[in-house]
Amino acid sequence: MAILTSLISLLQATLPEQGGALSAVDWARAQFALTAIYHWLFVPLTLGLGLIMAIMETKYYRTGSEFWRRTTQFWQRLFGINFAMGVATGIILEFEFGTNWSNYSWFVGDIFGAPLAIEGIVAFFMESTFVAVMYFGWDKVSRGFHLASTWLTWLGASISAWWILVANSWMQYPVGCEFNPDTMRNEMTSFFDVALSPFAIDKFLHTTISSWIIGAAFVVAVAAWYLLKKREAEREMALKSLRIGAIVGLIASIGAAITGDESAYKVAEVQPMKLAAMEALYNGGTDVSLTGIAAINPFKQPNYKEEKEAPLRLSIPNGLSILATRSLHGFVPGVNDILNGYTKADGTVEPSAKEKMQRGRTAIEALAAYRQAKTDGADEATVAPLLATLKENMPYFGYGFIKDEAELVPYIPVNFWAFRIMVGLGSLFILFFAFLLFLDWKKKGFLAPSALNTELSTFNKATLWVAIILLPCAYICSESGWLVAEFGRQPWTIQDMLPVSASVSDISAGAVATTFWLFLILFTTMLAVEINIMLKQIKKGPQL
Amino acid sequence: MKLLRRIFRFYYDGFRSMTLGRTLWLIIGIKLFIMFAILKVFFFPNFLKQNAGKGHEAEFVATELNKRAEQPLRP
Repeated sequence: MAILTSLISLLQATLPEQGGALSAVDWARAQFALTAIYHWLFVPLTLGLGLIMAIMETKYYRTGSEFWRRTTQFWQRLFGINFAMGVATGIILEFEFGTNWSNYSWFVGDIFGAPLAIEGIVAFFMESTFVAVMYFGWDKVSRGFHLASTWLTWLGASISAWWILVANSWMQYPVGCEFNPDTMRNEMTSFFDVALSPFAIDKFLHTTISSWIIGAAFVVAVAAWYLLKKREAEREMALKSLRIGAIVGLIASIGAAITGDESAYKVAEVQPMKLAAMEALYNGGTDVSLTGIAAINPFKQPNYKEEKEAPLRLSIPNGLSILATRSLHGFVPGVNDILNGYTKADGTVEPSAKEKMQRGRTAIEALAAYRQAKTDGADEATVAPLLATLKENMPYFGYGFIKDEAELVPYIPVNFWAFRIMVGLGSLFILFFAFLLFLDWKKKGFLAPSALNTELSTFNKATLWVAIILLPCAYICSESGWLVAEFGRQPWTIQDMLPVSASVSDISAGAVATTFWLFLILFTTMLAVEINIMLKQIKKGPQL
Repeated sequence: MKLLRRIFRFYYDGFRSMTLGRTLWLIIGIKLFIMFAILKVFFFPNFLKQNAGKGHEAEFVATELNKRAEQPLRP
């Protein structure tokens, strides 16, 4: 609660033009962020733990060992708690679309309809069918069918995630659609362009693979707790679970680094302002270095217009050029280049913010004139040039709502620090999981046979405590990734098409603030209940 | 018919033999009640349905967007 209150104070501090008062759009954004962050506490554990318990059940299937059956059932129980707590938390986002974001919902309705409908059907039928077999089917269906159901539960959850991420990716990189000025909606012209957008593929891979880290960190943390508590009855389960967790964790954290690099490359291509904000790159150029760390004030938007670069910057030479262009000497635009306009590597000119804003206004005026002409019953010859003007300027439609070009720059401190937290913790996970596997391979530390009957040394205790502490760090890492993705695309709900200020409904700030606080109370209570049930079951162990 | 009966028994026995599951289903039920019977009904009306009326959504959104382009949002 205290952290959230500080965040709201921080938000107020960044809005001097409104005298520090939060507007409806700020509250609607805060509410959406709160709901999405809460929802995202459950999803990655479902995806990650689902994979690990499926691996464990595969071991049971192959060996027929009672030990693996009990171990699988134990992790499935914890999976069930998380699954039950996460059920329907995403539906609230859809409530918010209808109430707080009605312009946006109407504007994109046709595009989101298909992916969200598929997601709903897949989630309902696949997950509800196979989850039931997974829990009720022990001894009632064959081992093979039960194993298939466990894998299909995990696959169903992953496919669900795919469609949600397709919808999110479309907002970041709108493709496969055309705006219809009569219905005021974007209409899908190619389902495959939307469903298989390269941005969506990268996002899906990075998001789901990084979710496996949370599953791995969870298993390792629970196992570490049993070892720390010297619970002999759970020792074998803890050791074997820890090994599987560490293997999945290492593969996932390396995979997340690789897919993260590919995602950043895609961001550089289609959302250069996001990359500039992540890097606090005010002025771009060729041979751009990658910032390791810099003294960016977390509470204040830097003066990117006047400052040459971020203060006390430590960087890797040519790193950003390689990351963004796959070339040592590639050109990477900074915030000011994007605002002033620049020439891309392929020779095309990216217009300045002022020109885009002008063209956006032209598109909005053409749209209004077109709709008025249609209402007045004008003939085709009258409306055709208006339509042509609209179509020509439609790529900049959203810029017509921007009043000041500073609105086009996302809040740099959040992007800069959230990106570094994500990458820093992600790297730490690679090292830690590798370290655990090294201990396992060499039979050293708490994994040494001698550790079984002796008091744990300070080093071993510290290692196990680190394993436990890294669980909340995995969540922080994952949520930081979302902060980068979503803060970085501000001011847009749909990149270049619609800013948040035009997407939000004409509602009072007070109304949204009320539901924000309601949600906060509700979510905090539900989270406390979940953690309580989860901890009780962990303390109980695999014994039923 | 036999298959349907077997499926029914499968779920029936499964639900009956739940232990922790009962608590979880209770929580899910309470949660869904709060969401759909309280939050959705009293706090999250469909803004367009309330303000634009059926069949007039496009016109309403067009007017709204035009207004937003001309003036900033109300505080």
